[in-house]
Amino acid sequence: MSALDLAKQLKAKFGDVLSEPAGFRGEITIKLTNAERIAEVCEFARKELGFDYLVDISSLDNYGEDPRWTVVYHLRSLANGCELRVKADVSEEKSELPTVIGVWRTANWHEREIYDMMGIRFRGHPDLRRILMWEGYPYFPLRKDFPLAGKPTQIPEVAFTQVAPLEGGPFVTAPGGKDAIEREPRVRTPEG
Amino acid sequence: MATVQDTEVRDPAARASDAVEELRDMQGEKMVLNMGPSHPATHGVLRIVLELDGELITKADPDVGYLHRGDEKIAENMTYTQFIPYTDRLDYLAPLANNVAYALAVEKLLGIEKNLPPRCQYIRVICCELARISSHLLGLGAFGLDLGAVTVFLLTFTEREKIYNLCESLAGARFTTSYTRIGGVSRDTPPGWCDAVRTFLNEVVVNIAEMETLLTRNRIWVDRTRDVGVIPKDVAIDYGLSGPNLRGSGVDYDLRKAQPYLCYRDLQFDVPLGSVGDCYDRYLVRMEEMRQSVRILHQCLDKIPGGADNKTKEPVNVADGKIVLPAKDKVMSGMEELIHQFILVTQGMNVPPGEIYFGHENPKGELGFYIHSRGGGTPYRLKIRSPSFVNLSILSHLLPGHMMSDVTAILGSLDFVMGECDR
Repeated sequence: MSALDLAKQLKAKFGDVLSEPAGFRGEITIKLTNAERIAEVCEFARKELGFDYLVDISSLDNYGEDPRWTVVYHLRSLANGCELRVKADVSEEKSELPTVIGVWRTANWHEREIYDMMGIRFRGHPDLRRILMWEGYPYFPLRKDFPLAGKPTQIPEVAFTQVAPLEGGPFVTAPGGKDAIEREPRVRTPEG
Repeated sequence: MATVQDTEVRDPAARASDAVEELRDMQGEKMVLNMGPSHPATHGVLRIVLELDGELITKADPDVGYLHRGDEKIAENMTYTQFIPYTDRLDYLAPLANNVAYALAVEKLLGIEKNLPPRCQYIRVICCELARISSHLLGLGAFGLDLGAVTVFLLTFTEREKIYNLCESLAGARFTTSYTRIGGVSRDTPPGWCDAVRTFLNEVVVNIAEMETLLTRNRIWVDRTRDVGVIPKDVAIDYGLSGPNLRGSGVDYDLRKAQPYLCYRDLQFDVPLGSVGDCYDRYLVRMEEMRQSVRILHQCLDKIPGGADNKTKEPVNVADGKIVLPAKDKVMSGMEELIHQFILVTQGMNVPPGEIYFGHENPKGELGFYIHSRGGGTPYRLKIRSPSFVNLSILSHLLPGHMMSDVTAILGSLDFVMGECDR
């Protein structure tokens, strides 16, 4: 039983909710058209298709596009070694989708991390707090509109950045900026 | 003028009954104890908020993130090659293995992982297994130290020092190796290095055996680890544990066997499994994994193409000027090489749009990279699936019901690293 067969079974069960499975570099990706049904799809994948191991959940910020968020689930079956990637789009206005803790308990920290970094909420999560940033931090740092150097908060700056020794390259600190945000290393266009 | 004061001393029986009354009030009263973020047994900056009933843990809430540096954000702002030094600082006890994991992930995205020259694959396996021995030596040494077996720690540190010497002559750095490059390694093994590894292997097995005599049948060690922190099979899978922690619970899953990468298919080794899933099993699994790593390393040194000192000049990098930097002498004499060098350094390699996940069997568990590329020289999104982060998430389930003194045993047996957990 290959991952593609399992993805097709999933597609057969849920029909229009899922896109056709796509392959890239030997990996199978299937996309959900309605993120509200992610828990249901995962439940079926675990109970009926044997995807007993949730490897990871990650998130994408498609900044400037609609829908803005994509939540990416990596499923694995330990018994037959098949892996499947399930993606679900979430719009910026909604920024919410159901939790999958009921399916795999490991989802708890992954979902907390996504909430912390991207600000996507998981409905039904028992303990949706920040995990890597501190409680009360006002921003979501992995969003594309958040600058690399960070933004000032109530807590005074402990770390600081200075001009890098090799200035002027494409990925290095720019000299002269007044604050860390101006000086931060980033991809720079020749004129910028 | 003298004053007379009357004092009443109640008889012992009455006082004892008072004390019982007071104790009864205290029973059922929970105490909150803050362990960490700076505590010797938390191996870094892990903080656990424990709710205690006497010595019994009733609730545990791990608090991570003290070492968060935003590696994933940083990765979005630099070329693929520039991120390699950041991978050293994930699991900083096994930087060589992290380098290999990251390089393999990017190579999978480029679609060149099958083109890696055999010598490069063998060198990378040697790196991974040396890193595994080094990480397990520290993990078990610190585990022993936490439970009072200080001698073990001294033994393992002596051995680790030798591995660092090997790292130094291989990569130029003892700790932050940054040894791999996308499509190969930064340089071939130096002359005599393979023989030095073999000498080390012969020495380390003696020390592993000595560690074993100090711990495996040690009454105190067994009492403190056996049936403590039991993780049943299904719970281990449900919580996504990986590496020795998953195998300690008896789940036969090792990425080197399940999805063989590099040249692991050609190497013979066994995957040790636990039966109960307690701290003692996880200890035994790590112990045996080191022996298996020694076995793998011996095979690699025997079979490495080109022999120990590469007499036949086997390549160690893929032959693609658009991925690997050209030789320095060619840059100054050849037009094409100069262009490649210039483009690679200023823009990075041209990576096709697409997304991949690559999981690598790191010493601590499955280190995975999910890379989403929209083309060009920088990743659009790079997610690090760190084994320590996932392994620690079981604490709030595992700790309640244990005694306070078991916390150090459980933390030691889970063997995590905060640099990787917090990224």
